[in-house]
Amino acid sequence: MPLAATTILICAGGACISAGEESVKQALEKEIEKYALGDVVRVVETGCMGACSLGPLMVIYPEGVFYQKLTPQAAKKIVEEHILKGRIVKEYLYKMPTGEAVPEAVEKLPFFARQVKIATRNVGYIDPLNIEEYIARDGYFALAKVLKQMSPEQVIEEVKKSGLRGRGGAGFPTGLKWELTRKSQGDKKYIVCNADEGDPGAFMDRSVLEGDPHTILEAMAIGGFAIGANQGYIYVRAEYPLAIERLNIAISQAKEYGFLGEKIMGSDFSFHIEIRIGAGAFVCGEETALIASIEGKRGQPRVKPPYPAQSGVWGRPTVINNVETLACIPPIITKGADWFRSIGTEKSPGTKVFALAGKITNTGLVEVPMGITLKELLYEIGGGSSTGKKIKAVQTGGPSGGCIPSEYFDTPVDYESLQKLGAIMGSGGMIVMDEDDCMVDVARFFLEFTVDESCGKCTPCREGTKQMLKILDKITAGEGAEEDLQELENLATVIKDTSLCGLGQTAPNPVLSTLRYYHNEYEAHVKEKRCPSLKCKQLIRYVIDSSKCVGCTACARVCPVNAISGEVRKVHQIDNEVCIRCGSCIEVCRFGAISKVSP
Amino acid sequence: MSKIKSLEDLMKIKEKALRDLQLRETDKRGKITVAMGTCGIAAGAKDTLKAIVEALNENNINDVSVVQSGCMGLCEVEPTVEVRLEGQEPVVYGHVTPENAKRIVKLHIMSSQVVTDLLVRKGEI
Repeated sequence: MPLAATTILICAGGACISAGEESVKQALEKEIEKYALGDVVRVVETGCMGACSLGPLMVIYPEGVFYQKLTPQAAKKIVEEHILKGRIVKEYLYKMPTGEAVPEAVEKLPFFARQVKIATRNVGYIDPLNIEEYIARDGYFALAKVLKQMSPEQVIEEVKKSGLRGRGGAGFPTGLKWELTRKSQGDKKYIVCNADEGDPGAFMDRSVLEGDPHTILEAMAIGGFAIGANQGYIYVRAEYPLAIERLNIAISQAKEYGFLGEKIMGSDFSFHIEIRIGAGAFVCGEETALIASIEGKRGQPRVKPPYPAQSGVWGRPTVINNVETLACIPPIITKGADWFRSIGTEKSPGTKVFALAGKITNTGLVEVPMGITLKELLYEIGGGSSTGKKIKAVQTGGPSGGCIPSEYFDTPVDYESLQKLGAIMGSGGMIVMDEDDCMVDVARFFLEFTVDESCGKCTPCREGTKQMLKILDKITAGEGAEEDLQELENLATVIKDTSLCGLGQTAPNPVLSTLRYYHNEYEAHVKEKRCPSLKCKQLIRYVIDSSKCVGCTACARVCPVNAISGEVRKVHQIDNEVCIRCGSCIEVCRFGAISKVSP
Repeated sequence: MSKIKSLEDLMKIKEKALRDLQLRETDKRGKITVAMGTCGIAAGAKDTLKAIVEALNENNINDVSVVQSGCMGLCEVEPTVEVRLEGQEPVVYGHVTPENAKRIVKLHIMSSQVVTDLLVRKGEI
């Protein structure tokens, strides 16, 4: 293949594909063909570049110009202007809040420039379907080093020394897990990659699987060598079809090149990987439920011990590592534990990938060193609030985590600090909330999720979370009593202490943390029957300000339930008995005459 | 594809594939700009561009980027090419046929010699 002069990296992550990446790529290729530039311009589809709110997006090298929010028309214009004539097409550049366009956004924007990429080092930079691009970025060199120069004990020692901890959320030291499994007795052992990512809003694992599948295969082979396993399973949820497709392609390439299979790279070590597809149960992210599911049984957890290190898949010693954890392994082996320790904090070395979502300007994926403060993460990298209203809190760790109020945004992000605040690191989902978000409603949302996903095996989780949800429903409907708050706390404590698995043990966290930091909001709902954030539908009314209403009838026409009445050019009224609080009238009123009040 | 057995095999693939990836770096020693206005294209600038890319490839040069530009106003000497190397004055060449393009790569890029018979202008405009 001749060397190209221009390389176009187009993001083919899930979000960009949904935003129309394919049609943009087709338009690009059509134009390139039209101008007979096929020999000098190369289009490469990469994994997720992280800036999901700006998609579809692409970067053109050698200039490094970043184009965003693309359409097929944009692609045509960019080929005609940029590729052919070297003129940057301003209208598709990233623009700062000041309106200034930034062509080299990837190098200059804090969102990109402040990131430190270890787990996602190749994501968005290489073609995930091309094993040679992975090799060019030192791919499979760690496996070669392990097989040629290291003993399994040395590999485990290196991972232990690096201080790497489980990125799935619990933060268990990875090296220790490997050591325990190596020392366990068993005729066969297994290594499992947990890709059953299920927290609402978190998608870093998907991004790594889609954008750099080979790093997972390499890391699993290294782990297999270290613990003495010849078989690996990737347990990936069925909702990730693209990840499954790219993993399958990567596995067949790795077999072809001899990185998987019998006697890898001329050594005595043989290793095979199979994909197991989950059927959509959140609880299967819990390791014992995951093991049951791999074995073809119903995905339900069991009592620990025995831990998977003693008795896992088919009753054999098993290591289960999260995707992001595994993605850190190859660089630790090639660059060494000391390098890894030089990033992050003493107790939480390395980096963490976060999925920023909610009321934040730059939604998407970012990888940052541990120990960065929430303030830096949310304001400098995340770009602050997207609504113009003050950020009130951030929810970390999904349904197992908790809310952190803005007063604590100087807290460094590491496992211990977040736990002290009643939240957890979790898998790295961060949902940003502003003053319009009601914390009682947020707690209710997450609890609704766990009630849905509780597998039903143990009573505290099955019945307890349901009772908690019932109370929260009552409170948000304005029917709560003061005793309910005490009852919520009691239930939460019992569920935490007595549930069988991590799902139930952490399910009350969103309620407990909001009770702790936003007790006043709960009290307002219970005592005054009032929702301070004007969110809970049963506690608010819509009113029309008679001094502002001009009687244009716009609201009455848009109301889906005909709750608004009034004659033309006369002040309108809303019948709150009929009103369903959909908010359509506020959106259409050009005079700001309609507002919500509580009570 | 034969299976990889040694570190040397792996290194070979890395070196080959790395050339593609180096195109994704923005810090380069120099830049060759091919004028691709209508006049340039009519005079054969596309073939010139291809010849330059091929010549760089054949000689394993990956620290010089190739970009396109519009017409630089020298329509009578098209195809035109500008060479900018770090620490040197920019040079504009005219009548750059594919053969001439190869000479420019050999002489100017590889041994910092200006190809005088093609020279149109030297120095900043």
